[in-house]
Amino acid sequence: MSEPVDVLVIGGGNAALCAALMAREAGATVLLVESAPKAWRGGNSMHVRNLRCMHDAPQDVLIEAYPEEEYWQDLLKVTGGLTDEALARLVIRHSSTCRDWMRTHGVHFQPPLSGALHVARTNAFFMGGGKALVNAYYRSAEALGVAVRYDTPVARIELDGDRFVAAVTEGGERMEAKACVVACGGFESNLAWQREAWGLNERGEWPAENFLVRGTRFNQGVLLRFLIDSGADTIGDPTQAHCVAIDARAPLYDGGICTRIDCVSLGIVVNREARRFYDEGEDFWPKRYAIWGRLVAQQPGQLAWSIIDQKAVGRFMPPVFPGTQAETPEALAGKIGLHPAAFAATVSTYNAACRPGAFDHTVLDDCRTVGLLPAKTHWALPLDTPPYVAYPLRPGITFTYLGMKVDQTCAVRFGGRASPNLFVAGEIMAGNVLGKGYTAGVGMSIGTAFGRIAGASAARALGRAHPTFTRELDHALAR
Amino acid sequence: MPSLAELVAEARAIASGGGSATPEAEATRVLTICNACRYCEGYCAVFPAMTRRLEFGPADVHYLANLCHNCGDCLHACQYAPPHEFAVNVPRAMAEVRRRTYHDYAWPRAFGAAYRRNGLVLCLALAAGLALFLLLGLALTGSLWHEPLAGNFYAVFPHNLLVAMFAAVFLFAALALALGVARFWRDVAPGAPPAGQGGAAVAEATASVLRLRYLGGGHGAGCNEVDDAFTLARRRFHHLTFYGFMLCFAATCTATVYHYLLHLPAPYPLDSAPVILGTLGGVGLLVGPAGLFWLNLRRHPLHGDPAQQPMDRGFLVLLFLTSLTGLALLAWRDTGAMGLLLAVHLGFVMAFFATMPYGKFAHGIFRSAALLKYAIEKRQPSGLKLKED
Repeated sequence: MSEPVDVLVIGGGNAALCAALMAREAGATVLLVESAPKAWRGGNSMHVRNLRCMHDAPQDVLIEAYPEEEYWQDLLKVTGGLTDEALARLVIRHSSTCRDWMRTHGVHFQPPLSGALHVARTNAFFMGGGKALVNAYYRSAEALGVAVRYDTPVARIELDGDRFVAAVTEGGERMEAKACVVACGGFESNLAWQREAWGLNERGEWPAENFLVRGTRFNQGVLLRFLIDSGADTIGDPTQAHCVAIDARAPLYDGGICTRIDCVSLGIVVNREARRFYDEGEDFWPKRYAIWGRLVAQQPGQLAWSIIDQKAVGRFMPPVFPGTQAETPEALAGKIGLHPAAFAATVSTYNAACRPGAFDHTVLDDCRTVGLLPAKTHWALPLDTPPYVAYPLRPGITFTYLGMKVDQTCAVRFGGRASPNLFVAGEIMAGNVLGKGYTAGVGMSIGTAFGRIAGASAARALGRAHPTFTRELDHALAR
Repeated sequence: MPSLAELVAEARAIASGGGSATPEAEATRVLTICNACRYCEGYCAVFPAMTRRLEFGPADVHYLANLCHNCGDCLHACQYAPPHEFAVNVPRAMAEVRRRTYHDYAWPRAFGAAYRRNGLVLCLALAAGLALFLLLGLALTGSLWHEPLAGNFYAVFPHNLLVAMFAAVFLFAALALALGVARFWRDVAPGAPPAGQGGAAVAEATASVLRLRYLGGGHGAGCNEVDDAFTLARRRFHHLTFYGFMLCFAATCTATVYHYLLHLPAPYPLDSAPVILGTLGGVGLLVGPAGLFWLNLRRHPLHGDPAQQPMDRGFLVLLFLTSLTGLALLAWRDTGAMGLLLAVHLGFVMAFFATMPYGKFAHGIFRSAALLKYAIEKRQPSGLKLKED
């Protein structure tokens, strides 16, 4: 058995590290246990790249302003109202003050990357991306005296009523602590749970069997399930997840950002039966990519193809895998295993329906189809410039929303009663703010806010106040 | 175009210790992944230059490889670095291509193979051989150990002999480097900068070289050495090395002016410009290479190209010993050992010049050319119209 510490942090990503750093800054002794080996530490945080930040005026790398109300409206829109307004506003306000703290722990910010200028106003980018942030936090944590153990998956927690007593690792080691923060993600990496959550569809398929996981393989949801089974109050629906359409050839885990396919709005998308199934030009791709995961999940075999011609080349972020090319639609269909005649018919029907307009991929232009179902409402140009290129699409799960219901202290609740010393942060409670949907960078805003809050709450549970955070948080709560 | 199966198989093979067929092919594979990710864009010039391209032909790869300073920042930040099956290691892929650049663009071409053999032992053997040759010469004329000559080198080796020997080797080295880099420039030529911006491009490239801007990381906190922590140590030691070298070069130039224009032959007093410049430069060339050597020994195993370590270390040791023998010569120039020390020092200087075009020295020339191309290219309009920009 290990020497007991004040605060045990279970998890090794952004929220866990924020919690560990905060508890340590408040004077607690802290042990952080990460289930992954060191090379894979950081969970999904190693794949992130920015933080959505409220600001009332230009702030270093952020241009113009992104006021609280606009941020809140954006969140309200993407979640369709499935959000807790008080907690959401807490995240939003916290995002306007947290970057100085992040910098003191070695995080570097930069202006947006090429291909992401549409979020220059709203999102602060981490130089080098999330893995650089994770590295910085681990260096800072170790310098401050946080003990870190890798390869240490926790199997269960010992509870005394609603009080945390100890955690028990898969290896059987028991770790006592005075308080605990659970920040070890959702269950997106657990394929069996995904399969069960998505169930059997009307075609007799298990759709989740064809899903790819964009992030870590280590978010198996072990403690999420444990806490649910222990009677903790939950929030969210297990089938709600950040699910985008990605290159079908991506690895099962950790494909990350580079497996995106950004040419959907510049061409057409067909399913295995060579049929179109949704308006590819409904809106700008950054505003639509997160619905396409679900759209592809509804297609037979959970597979689709994004088809473009040479007019689109150079107008979208280059994909990591090369597309399949052919000189005619029939030949392309043959190469990718679609029915050639059916695919050629889809292309020619679409081409005939394209109404001439002034193509401009930087605005919602007037190139649209007439008399076609489903319509393509913008950027509809005939596919007529070979070679034609096809990219295969599959649903890619980024993270799940099922989690623990919390209030502004991040305490786990049992039948409405807050645990005095067990807290959660990050994906395992993000569903309080994100009931569904997503907007870029908000996951890090949630993880940073509640990671810091959970760490401070854990320290407070043993009578230690964080030297500066109380004032920062009061400010955010009172605003 | 490679199929997915090929790409994945390739990535797997590399992850398990295989590798692409050529350094250029590996760099192309890695850059294709980077171009779809771009998280490292803030670190250095390689990534902004990469985003101007969709495909990476041999000329692009050689250009980008020589822009890379092997700082390591992007490796430690990379979500696709080993053990990820994509096995992305930009600094290594780039370093392996650079070796090919030096090799393929060497003049005369047949000498390119010298890069493969350039190492510590070769450098030292060459220096020792040359020194021995000079010592033999001295011994044959009976002046190996002599009465103190008040630092008059020319009593040991006649001035015109020294000029003839060193001018021949130095001019050959300079010519070889110039022709090599000219060929490199022709292959990667960026075209003309937009009207009126040529001066700014040259100024920017010069500043990037003189300040070693890209050993600072995009944030100014430096590069990675042993682990993911940032340090400015490499930049500082490199500055000591580079400016030490430049001061020694300035000392030689000043002495040339003294000799031919002012008709003041050596030896020069301790408070003269050539001795002060040479001594300061010499100290820089002791501390700088020693520091870089120490860093090189401690580098993270995934950094750079292990096959080039002998070349890097040989160059550093040669610089260090050239300086050390020079300072020793200064210290004991008034004693009977002057001739011996002079012969040894000249052996090292000669070896340094002789290996200059076929060793680590070349990196400065090719990198400067790449930085100039970058400064020009970034001022030209991009051919791409990515919709999100």
